[in-house]
Amino acid sequence: MTLKNFTFAQIFKMLIVPAFFATLKMLAIAGVMSTILGFFFGVILVVTEKGGLYENIVINRILDFIVNMIRSFPFIILMISIIPFTRLIAGTSIGETAALVPLTVACTPFMARIFQNSFKEVDPALIEAAQSFGASKWQIVFKVMLKESVPSIISGLCLAIINLLGCTAMAGAIGAGGLGAVALQYGYQSFNLKIMYSIVVILIILVALIQYFGDWIYKKLK
Amino acid sequence: MIEITNLKKVWEDSGAPVLEDINLTIQDGEIYALVGRSGAGKSTLLRCINGLTSYQEGSLKVDGHEIKDYSEKELREFRRHVGMIFQQFSLLERETVYRNVALPMTCWKYPKDEIDKKVKSLLELVGLSDKLDAKPRNLSGGQKQRVAIARALTMDPKFILCDEATSALDPKTTNSILDLLKEINQKLGITVIVVTHQMEVVRKICQKACILENGVIKAEGSVRDIFFDQPEALLNLLGEEDASLPPQGHNIQVSHLLNEISDGELFGRMYEELKIVFPIVNGTIQEYEDDRMGIFTINVSDKDYPAVADYLTKHGMRWRDLSSNAN
Repeated sequence: MTLKNFTFAQIFKMLIVPAFFATLKMLAIAGVMSTILGFFFGVILVVTEKGGLYENIVINRILDFIVNMIRSFPFIILMISIIPFTRLIAGTSIGETAALVPLTVACTPFMARIFQNSFKEVDPALIEAAQSFGASKWQIVFKVMLKESVPSIISGLCLAIINLLGCTAMAGAIGAGGLGAVALQYGYQSFNLKIMYSIVVILIILVALIQYFGDWIYKKLK
Repeated sequence: MIEITNLKKVWEDSGAPVLEDINLTIQDGEIYALVGRSGAGKSTLLRCINGLTSYQEGSLKVDGHEIKDYSEKELREFRRHVGMIFQQFSLLERETVYRNVALPMTCWKYPKDEIDKKVKSLLELVGLSDKLDAKPRNLSGGQKQRVAIARALTMDPKFILCDEATSALDPKTTNSILDLLKEINQKLGITVIVVTHQMEVVRKICQKACILENGVIKAEGSVRDIFFDQPEALLNLLGEEDASLPPQGHNIQVSHLLNEISDGELFGRMYEELKIVFPIVNGTIQEYEDDRMGIFTINVSDKDYPAVADYLTKHGMRWRDLSSNAN
């Protein structure tokens, strides 16, 4: 099929719109999964550090090392090098579902650091105050640390989601679909500038929207 | 009652001593001050009382129970009965005043209506009924500390620990917070333990005090006695210098309560009886609790010294010789 037989409006409807939703879907699912996992690891990082609620230097060091290791991979390399793991989990290494695995793996350490740093910003005196009236450790994590750091977490999440959007485009390179795949296929390989720049514009708008929305929530919550 | 005997604490990582051989008893219903400069160990001692920090040797019993022997769970339960307030107020900045005060009770899963009743009555007690929905950042320092006091009172504590609770406040606000603490002490019968470096706090509300220096108790007793006796630890704390006193003769410091005898009366009578003229070289009048105390230093010659000393002792005055040649 050649694109010349179609108007731009048709191309837009056929190619770009489904790709846009594919990207949103990847963004949403990988975003939610990495937020949950990142919260979990972020909490562990904070409570096990020296002077933390459950001080455990060994676990802290190991987790810290793993987080640093994963974060030092460029995404495209990470995606390829964990293909066996992706197959194990998703049953395949190609396609949208398969791409969720490397996307989540790449984004989780980033999220973990965001949660860790936000929790660390909570004034230790607040934690001491909570201890002074007999709050349990988990109450301190959820009712004090999490509560107080929500604005800072939101602005961090916003950063991570935008970062994740970049990754979904790269995931397109190994057949994940989405805007990245379309831009690569039609923009780079067959040099259709119209399609490529439409996607660039869509991505710019998307990033701006995420940032705007994040800032809006941040201001609301602060 | 809090009984502390031979308590010793060292920092776990460096082994440096923080508190050494601490002995003191705090009776129920007292307002007790732990005084000292920063780094003297007073805040650490306060945290030993509610188990926020541990100690290695000796014993610290609150109502007969050794704090060290509590399990973690028992310690949490125990802390319900010990409220604490802090220098920087330690309120959740993102929560309303109401929810800040309610927090301890929600953590202990009290029924909602009971929490509501308690929080509202406590906010009335501290004079913030109109600020239920305000956020801490919209409150003044004094108001924040009132919220913290209300929070500390939610579970009807027997004790309230104050860690430099007025150090971040201006003098007027400090006074109003001190009045509130005194009111709580008198109305609710709560024992208040105050950590401070401000002597005016001690003078204004405390009945008893101990002065800590480098983790050791240097003076202990009723506030009245400490200010009368002017032990060295107190002078160190006040940073009083003797340099301006005359080098010759004896500098005698006399302290007395102004409602018992005024300074003019005292020195007038001394002159009449001894026919000795002496200059007053230093003098202050301090207010504490409900009394005023005069502390005056007179300079008498070596020749007159025995007679003056005799007179002061005979009349039951509190005095001491500040001169370097005093023995």
